[in-house]
Amino acid sequence: MKIAERYERPVCIALLIGVWELLCASGLVNPVLIPPPHRIVMAIGELLVRGLPAGHLLHRHCLESLLRVSTGFIVATAAALPLGLVLGRSARLRNLCTPVIELMRPIPPLAWIPLAILWFGIGLKSAAFIIFLGCFFPIVLNTISGVVTVDPLLIDAARVCGADDRRMFVRVLLPAAWPSVCTGMRIGLGIGWMTLVAAEFTGVKSGYGLGYMIMTARDIQRPDYVLAGMVLIGVVGYLLDMLLQMLQQGFIRTRTTLAD
Amino acid sequence: MALILSELSKSFDCDGFESPVEAVCDISLMIETGSFVSIIGPSGCGKSTLLRLIAGLIRPTGGIIELDGERITEVCGRTGFVFQDYALFPWLNIIDNIAFPLAMKGMPVRERRTRALEYVDRFGLGGFTRSYPAELSGGMQQRVAIARSLIGNAEVLLMDEPFGALDSQTRSQMQQFLLSVWQETQRTVLLITHNIDEAVFLGQRVICLTRRPARIGADIKIACGYPRDVTSDEFNVYRRTVLKFLDREHAAGAPTDPPC
Repeated sequence: MKIAERYERPVCIALLIGVWELLCASGLVNPVLIPPPHRIVMAIGELLVRGLPAGHLLHRHCLESLLRVSTGFIVATAAALPLGLVLGRSARLRNLCTPVIELMRPIPPLAWIPLAILWFGIGLKSAAFIIFLGCFFPIVLNTISGVVTVDPLLIDAARVCGADDRRMFVRVLLPAAWPSVCTGMRIGLGIGWMTLVAAEFTGVKSGYGLGYMIMTARDIQRPDYVLAGMVLIGVVGYLLDMLLQMLQQGFIRTRTTLAD
Repeated sequence: MALILSELSKSFDCDGFESPVEAVCDISLMIETGSFVSIIGPSGCGKSTLLRLIAGLIRPTGGIIELDGERITEVCGRTGFVFQDYALFPWLNIIDNIAFPLAMKGMPVRERRTRALEYVDRFGLGGFTRSYPAELSGGMQQRVAIARSLIGNAEVLLMDEPFGALDSQTRSQMQQFLLSVWQETQRTVLLITHNIDEAVFLGQRVICLTRRPARIGADIKIACGYPRDVTSDEFNVYRRTVLKFLDREHAAGAPTDPPC
């Protein structure tokens, strides 16, 4: 049984790709509109070797995009985590600040682009700022929720064990809220990554970036390059999420009961 | 030297109630160092509030709490607390849970783990040092909690229905365990319980609280030595006395719904 389970996922993916190929080869799906998988793989190869625009190679596009997202995400986490912990702990501060947060949250990060360009010009800073906005709100809200739902008995137990305020935040609230914090970070990173592509659509100075590459592919009417870019975005996004999942499990371990 | 409560009172301001809810009213008590005192009373009468006042988790509205001549106004390292639901930190393993109070005092890792190991051996937790609370049975978790409350050298051990969540066999074992720990460490123990048998079996003194607001209704000295025979006539006389008191309190009627 266990062996069969391990092969379930790859077999499923292989089947999907197979069906796609067949649909294109048979003509049921227009291969010009939706390039078949093998065409996309070839496109990835060309992008790696020749690049788009010429000389701008694929891995460089990836790295540039990753740089923008990492910057935005790390700054967002550095700001949102402490803020979330403090707001989670203090009902008064929470009542003061939540209206502001909830007012800003529905504003799409992309709506900030004109302001971002005005403040930071076109470049890493403005892109990272847009990403920051995408990541910030899920992280802060999930952190607050995580802290608020910490069992009050645990807080009392920590107090009786001699925890002062600083230790309470770092040694008790953060570990207790960690699953929620991680959820917030994963959602935030996901939104940040999605926001990045659109942000790159509007302005990239260096000429590198996955979103920028897709835009260029659209301009020259190469849907195979567009799809190649999309596949890559999906893969990188998936890997980033896996990375965060590992962080979630590795940092704090809460074992389940033996009965499970 | 002793734990002295003088005219201790506590009222809570609750939303939805017109006037403040009085939980504890005018309690004056002197508890000798090293004694074991059981506290019993109708549901919701304010027993837990009393214990939390002594721990310094909440502030009294009136009256004074003194331990060995020094006033208790907030959480200090002089009282340990054991909760009905253990309140162990789920993200820490057993050894780190026990060592937590020492970590709060800034003791280095190795030293505090060595100290915690002593309790592991004495309390029969061998082999589980690296386990997590969720992997342990209720009785073992409570033993960890008791170890955690003792390791900081607190003078008074406060226990809020510590065995309420356990099945009756484990409960009996834990009662014996607690008595042996008390006799060995010679700390002062205040134990709240719903269970008449438990109160009379464990305590040198049984303090019966009235229904809310809690006042001292009866203060019964148990003249039996240890170990006690729960089937003896002497034991039953005490049981009957406490039972009669509680029946009277229940018959006198509401309010027994717990305060907020």
